[in-house]
Amino acid sequence: MEAHAQHQPVGGKLDTWPFRILLLLGAIGLMLTAWRFAVGLGASTALSDGYPLGLWIALDVVTGTALACGGYAVALVVYIFNKGKYHPLIRPAILTSALGYTLAGLAVAIDLGRPWNMWKIPIYFWNWNLNSPLLEVALCIMAYVGVLWMELSPAILEKFGIRVPLLEKALMWIIALGLLLPTMHQSSLGTLMMLAGPKLHPLWFTPLLPLLFLVTCLAMGYAIVVFESVFSSMAFHRKPETAMLAVLQKIAVYCGLGFVAARLIDLAVRGKLGYAAHFDLYGIVFWIEMVLWVLPAVMLFASPRVTLGSLFRGAMVIAVAGGLYRFDTYLVAFQPGPGWHYFPSISEMFISIGLISLELAAYVVLVKRFPILGGRRAS
Amino acid sequence: MATDRRAFFKGIAAAATLTVIPTAAIAREKRTASKDAVGLFYDSTLCIGCKACVVSCKEANDMPADVDGYGGGLYDAPEGLNEYTKNVIQLYRDDAEWSYVKKQCMHCIDPACVGACMLGALHKDERGIVSYDPDKCVGCRYCETVCPFNVPKFEWAKAAPKIVKCELCRHRLAVGKEPACSAVCPRKAVIYGKYADLLDEAHRRLEASPGKYVPKVYGEKDLGGTQVIYLSHVDFEKVGFRFDHQESVPNTQQSVQHGLYKGFAGPIALYAILGAVMFRNRRSEDNDKHESGS
Repeated sequence: MEAHAQHQPVGGKLDTWPFRILLLLGAIGLMLTAWRFAVGLGASTALSDGYPLGLWIALDVVTGTALACGGYAVALVVYIFNKGKYHPLIRPAILTSALGYTLAGLAVAIDLGRPWNMWKIPIYFWNWNLNSPLLEVALCIMAYVGVLWMELSPAILEKFGIRVPLLEKALMWIIALGLLLPTMHQSSLGTLMMLAGPKLHPLWFTPLLPLLFLVTCLAMGYAIVVFESVFSSMAFHRKPETAMLAVLQKIAVYCGLGFVAARLIDLAVRGKLGYAAHFDLYGIVFWIEMVLWVLPAVMLFASPRVTLGSLFRGAMVIAVAGGLYRFDTYLVAFQPGPGWHYFPSISEMFISIGLISLELAAYVVLVKRFPILGGRRAS
Repeated sequence: MATDRRAFFKGIAAAATLTVIPTAAIAREKRTASKDAVGLFYDSTLCIGCKACVVSCKEANDMPADVDGYGGGLYDAPEGLNEYTKNVIQLYRDDAEWSYVKKQCMHCIDPACVGACMLGALHKDERGIVSYDPDKCVGCRYCETVCPFNVPKFEWAKAAPKIVKCELCRHRLAVGKEPACSAVCPRKAVIYGKYADLLDEAHRRLEASPGKYVPKVYGEKDLGGTQVIYLSHVDFEKVGFRFDHQESVPNTQQSVQHGLYKGFAGPIALYAILGAVMFRNRRSEDNDKHESGS
């Protein structure tokens, strides 16, 4: 993330109608958040002792951080597989990652019942329970939010003409940390639900959960970079990097196929494949996931010609497939026992929508005012 | 592009191998009850459903009445364990048989909640009592997510909520008393004692009256063993014990996690490899620049 001249602010006025709508939704979300803290979780959410984790965790944290893995996925290509030409994609990817992870952190703070004890998690190291996958996730995500903003800081500082030589020197090690941390916490998000043990449906419970979560976050990371690049190219009139995006898309598609193969083989080896033949909610949802993962490959092989439209559609399906798998692992496949039901309350939904709106608004401000996107304007 | 892809998938395959191989290699040792372990033993054939234990538990633990259920606020009548209730008597009834059943924390020998808890707010003390320290609790409710008996409850209505669960009246044990539920039981349907003695007593009753009970001591082996054990005259599944496999809940998860994180060697090695690869990449990039004269 050296000061590459290829990044430029998009410019243009901020005060547009879509932007105003985002701010309005954000304001509603913030007001509801204040209300949630005033009345407590019982009155403001549909959470219960049976379903103690709900929309905020399953969507904003577990699905949201995977969609925020674009920075991780592209950095892997650029810095580890040494494809320097993908460099123009890095900054926007890091930006969406930084915003997505920050949002996840906020969602956790809203979700926690005793958030005033949150600071003890990184500080009270003598109390750390190293068996807890949640501790690993919490520490890693806290550190990673810092790492992402540090990775992004040259773009911010560049605008003000500030150079911090020490930061530039250390950046390589920070970037390496930015590759290590998501590998750890994204796989641990899978390990986390392994501890639900018998309460997790057998089609989702497997010792491979950490690997499956890692593969899905990579696929979703590449997909979101494609999705976001195509979107930015249309919204901000940039020349799209179609050829590069096509390669990323292909990696995501192969990740998806690998995921499907690993899951089916694992179920077969452990003798649980029979559950997939049950015509119940779980069997149906399982096959929807599988079809969604295979669909992008079918689309790719059926019409190999790459267009912006085909990229956009493929990326969308992969993002939905990954999102669904993660959502299912945390909510749909979670079986607390008879008598428990969960459907998110209106305020839970609008707090999530508000947070996402604020994230998008921040994205718009940052790409319009700071050197984030590739500088080539479409002619 | 073909070589790139090959390199990429080689990387993925290597990562996958690194993930899976140590996992298989580390088998976790089975946890056993400590020699000071204490617990409860409930015999459903003796229980008359008087609920004296429910009232006594509330008094001993300073818990409010649960008036949500019946009688429009007249009765403290909890339907199950909840944020006001650490101990409850429930009734199972079908056409052929019926039974009372007492529910409270099972004080697992290898508890999922303790494995889940980030800062050890839930921990097992030297007697194996799963105890709670709110100072270390952030209210994440992961303990509720993982408990196979759905025991920990959360104070949903409070602004400063805590986790609510039976702690075997450890404040009473500290002053030489026994837990409130066993102390008050008029039929000795629930008794308190050393875990080993309770197991002996349960087996003695099973052998003395064959046919009276389902031939099994629930909790002796189930889910890795629990320090609260049961004898019942109806199937355990009917009175709400969903799971009876012998593996403890944390076993798979901790085997995998220990495989990946033993001594933190995995992450450190990965960081070193990432750093080394990036260093090499950067040097070759610099060389390229020199050669092309830029």
